[in-house]
Amino acid sequence: MSIRISEEDFSALRAHGEETYPHECCGVLLGKHEPGVGNRVSLIVRAGNTRTDSAHNRYNIAPQELIRIQRQARGLGFDIVGFYHSHPDHPAQWSQTDFAEAHWMGCSYIITSVEKGKAVLTNSFLLTGTGEEDKAFEDEDVVVEAREEELLSTERGEA
Amino acid sequence: MKIHIPTPLRGYAGGKDNVDVAGATVAGGLEQLATVYPELRNHLFTAEGKLRSFVNVYLNDDDVRYLPSKEETAASDADELTIIPSIAGGCCCLCNCF
Repeated sequence: MSIRISEEDFSALRAHGEETYPHECCGVLLGKHEPGVGNRVSLIVRAGNTRTDSAHNRYNIAPQELIRIQRQARGLGFDIVGFYHSHPDHPAQWSQTDFAEAHWMGCSYIITSVEKGKAVLTNSFLLTGTGEEDKAFEDEDVVVEAREEELLSTERGEA
Repeated sequence: MKIHIPTPLRGYAGGKDNVDVAGATVAGGLEQLATVYPELRNHLFTAEGKLRSFVNVYLNDDDVRYLPSKEETAASDADELTIIPSIAGGCCCLCNCF
C-alpha cells in the first residue's frame, strides 16, 4: 500500500513541524481511499495541539476541531483519510503512545522527524485491523506527486 | 436524529457516512444504530455497555460527556449526532533515540 500526496501538501506538513518545533504539530489528511491503491490526499488541514502541558512529546486534536474538519471534508466531497504529526528530535517512527492512541482503522498516520528545527524524514503508517484487538501499523510508501500528477519520488526513510 | 459515521466505522454501517435513526435520547439513538448495524456495537461500546473511552459523541456542537444528562439527553429528529474517535499520540518519553 502507499499514500499519495501532492508535493505542495507534503512540503506543507513538513514545514508545519518546523514551525512548531520544539513542539509537536498535528493535522488531518483529507482525500479518498482508492481500493487496491491506498489513500490519496487532496488537502491537508492544520490542527491545534491541545497538549500544551507536554507539547514536545504529545499531541491531541480537540474533538470539536475534528468535527469541524470532518464537516469541511464532507462539504468538499472528501473523507478523513489520515493524520500527520511531528516527532521533535525523535525518529519518524511510530511510538507506543502513537499506537495506543490510534483508532482510525484504514487511515494513514504520517510522522515527520524534526531534528534541531529541521524536518528530516517523513514516513507513513497505515492502521490496519478490524478493531482494538487486532490493530497494527504497517509501513506504507509515501508517493509525492506534482500537481500535474507527475511522479516525483517515492519516500521511505530509515527511522 | 441523524448520526454521522466516521471513516473507519463506515464499513460496519453499510458503507454509509450518515444514518437516520429513531430514538428519544442520545443513548436511544446509539442503541438503535447498534441494533440496525450490530457489527458497530463492539466498536462503540465496551462489554459492559459503556461508550469506549476513545469514542467521542457530539450532539450537534456539544460533547455528550459534558451535558448535564450525558447520554440520557433528549434528542429529536432535527438533531445531529457525530461519532468521532479521538486523535492523539506523540513520540516516546525515553529521550535516548538520538
